[in-house]
Amino acid sequence: MDKFKLKGLLILAVLVVGILFAAPSFFGSKEVPEGWIGPKEKIKLGLDLQGGMHLVLRVVADKAVESRMNSTASDLKAQMVKQRIHYSSVSPESPELLRVVLRVPDDYGKLADLIRSGYPYLQEVDRSSKGGAMTVDYRISAREAATIRSQAVEQALETVRNRIDQFGVSEPSIIPQGDERIVLQLPGVTDPDRAKDLLKNTAILEFKLVDEEHSVQDALRGDVPSGSYVAYMKEGNQPILLQDRAVLTGDLLDDARMRIQSTYNEPYVEISFSREGGRIFERVTSENTGKRLAILLDGKVYSAPVIREAISGGKAIIEGRFTDAEASDLAIILRAGSLPAPVEILEERTVGPSLGRDSIYQGFLSMIIGGLVVVAFMLVYYRFSGLIADLALIVNIVLILGALAVLGATLTLPGLAGIVLTIGMAVDANVLVYERIKEELRLGRTAKMAVDAGYKNALSTILDANITTLIAAIVLFQFGTGPIQGFAVTLSIGIVASLFTVLVLCRWIQEWLVNYQKIERISI
Amino acid sequence: MDIIRPGTQIDFMKYRKAAFALSAVLIVISLVAVFVRGLNYGIDFTGGTEIQVAFSETVKTDEVRSAIGPIGLANATIQSIGEDGDNEFLIRTPTEGDSGDDTVQQIEGALRDTFGEEKVDIRRVDMVGAAVSQDLKQKGFLSLFYAGIGILIYIWWRFQLGYSVGAILALAHDVIITVGVFAIAGREISLPVIAALLAIVGYSLNDTIVIYDRIRENIKKAAGSFGFSSLLDSSISQTLSRTLITSTTTFVVVLALFLFGGSVINNFAFAIMVGLIVGTYSSIFIASPILLFFRREKK
Repeated sequence: MDKFKLKGLLILAVLVVGILFAAPSFFGSKEVPEGWIGPKEKIKLGLDLQGGMHLVLRVVADKAVESRMNSTASDLKAQMVKQRIHYSSVSPESPELLRVVLRVPDDYGKLADLIRSGYPYLQEVDRSSKGGAMTVDYRISAREAATIRSQAVEQALETVRNRIDQFGVSEPSIIPQGDERIVLQLPGVTDPDRAKDLLKNTAILEFKLVDEEHSVQDALRGDVPSGSYVAYMKEGNQPILLQDRAVLTGDLLDDARMRIQSTYNEPYVEISFSREGGRIFERVTSENTGKRLAILLDGKVYSAPVIREAISGGKAIIEGRFTDAEASDLAIILRAGSLPAPVEILEERTVGPSLGRDSIYQGFLSMIIGGLVVVAFMLVYYRFSGLIADLALIVNIVLILGALAVLGATLTLPGLAGIVLTIGMAVDANVLVYERIKEELRLGRTAKMAVDAGYKNALSTILDANITTLIAAIVLFQFGTGPIQGFAVTLSIGIVASLFTVLVLCRWIQEWLVNYQKIERISI
Repeated sequence: MDIIRPGTQIDFMKYRKAAFALSAVLIVISLVAVFVRGLNYGIDFTGGTEIQVAFSETVKTDEVRSAIGPIGLANATIQSIGEDGDNEFLIRTPTEGDSGDDTVQQIEGALRDTFGEEKVDIRRVDMVGAAVSQDLKQKGFLSLFYAGIGILIYIWWRFQLGYSVGAILALAHDVIITVGVFAIAGREISLPVIAALLAIVGYSLNDTIVIYDRIRENIKKAAGSFGFSSLLDSSISQTLSRTLITSTTTFVVVLALFLFGGSVINNFAFAIMVGLIVGTYSSIFIASPILLFFRREKK
């Protein structure tokens, strides 16, 4: 077999592969029929075409540092009482600064030892004595703060993933961006408000002791004891008097699972604390045995069981006559629900399904109208050679679609515009070659010589012109977002495909005509 | 069939002074328009909230305005889009701070309360906070800058310095005038428009390179003495039919996009149409005559 035939076979192979990959997309929303031998992947449509929601969230990670400092403050107070360090206040002055005021300045040595052994991430930044009291300021170490922040973002990412999974979005994309951002692509979300609420809900888990020394009824009448407040049960909305201070919060939780108690076959939720959480939980339960501990999510009391004994090992159970579903939901909320810090929505782009459909229709309408005009023009102007160029144009579009499917690229509205532009541009290479061939023919060359010279002379021009456009497209891809990247992708693929269709396919056809069919007059 | 009769030679260089003057005037007008009238940046770059809403009954702009008046948005920009019977509007408000999420929910709520849940179709919501719009602005301008650098290097490598300067000046010319037209028309500069400017950069160059290639080829052929000015004329003339055909086919498809592509990419298509016209003109009347300056210096 000679080189020419081999080339023909290769072109045929590219064509067949292109058609196989492009074909599934033509079924639109319908299933690819059984027995289809080729690949089944369709072109992914961007959110602007299929409708959906694009969100950029920012995790307010400073809040996670702040809440850690709050829990450190309450932990420190308890430790100081235990070690007989006489303090008058422990309060976070800023998210990163904790101020301890000692009533007895001589206790400073003990405090310093306690901090060194129990809270190595606190660094003393200032110390001053005034009127018999000593004020010591501690700052959280930069490294610890950075760790808390990055963990908060990581956990938020995980939480958001879990919540979206629960929400039931098909093929969501959830990726971190930069230090604090999360980018979500949620195709087909029909209720954007519900989705946003689900994401923005911090669902902060807190454990608070029930104030049993005072009466709820008095408090309801307006006589609220200091350090306590009235909260309401989630079920039944009964009032309950709680201490203000949370003894433990959800950021110290590692896991939550639904379990079944074997003897009574009753479901309950088992939660596992982190090491620090376990330590705090053990202390709280040992100091408050017999009292009630309330479990709150976003301020609502889920249950308030009696502490039966000190609990070590960092595990606790929540029971409360759950059904299986209730227990499982609670476990999900505890597991996925606690965002370590609130999130805010920095960017939202939602396209409703009606606009998406319109955009597809309008995009294809312009493509067909523009395409038909170009096809007709080429046919009239270049006659039979124009027909070859038109064939190349169709192959070009098939190859673009096939490449989009095989690369898993996303087709957006600007991407469709990119294909439309490619139609206008793809014939450029043909025009360059044909004008050259015409020149050669005018100089009296034979058909064969004119075709050879035409393709040879136009080659470097075609490459130069297309490579510069490719540079612009690549830069665009690098800096663009979402829909714009879609434009860069179709533009780039279109350029490469048009180089193939003109420089390889059209050339082969015309060489075949002049060399094998011995055509002596080119219709051009 | 031929648009340009073979062998035609047009004295393009004769008009170069007039062309330079015309371009200078256009650039000055563009710059004045940009700096005096200012550019109408879209929410991609200013931050803000844009809601595209369609109603299933006849609604007037004033009714939309009074619906969102109570939530303190009586000054929002409300624009009727699409055709008369579409009852489709674009509501735009600036956003203070990083998140304008509350604004979105407030507007949607107010519209649903006033016109009824079923009659309101929220077709599109774009909310861009200040932090993101800063990023987008920076990236948008950086992309134009890097594309320029990348292309400069490529042409420098493939051609001589003079060609490179000519091509880049022609590009700057095209981008400035296109942006100027946007300023005069009051059309919105959004992310897709930046993408269109980059596409213009690519296409304008395309034209220029085809002519440059022919100039270089003709220089090689014409061993010995020749008039550089008439060589430029014949190079442009020889490629003129190609220039016209390609510009026309590309223009036709972009016109189709402009007319039928819908509101979302209307500005994008408009930018490319303007850029195509200016780009075709500049590769003939700006990029090529500039080579004369470099040629003279060498002699």
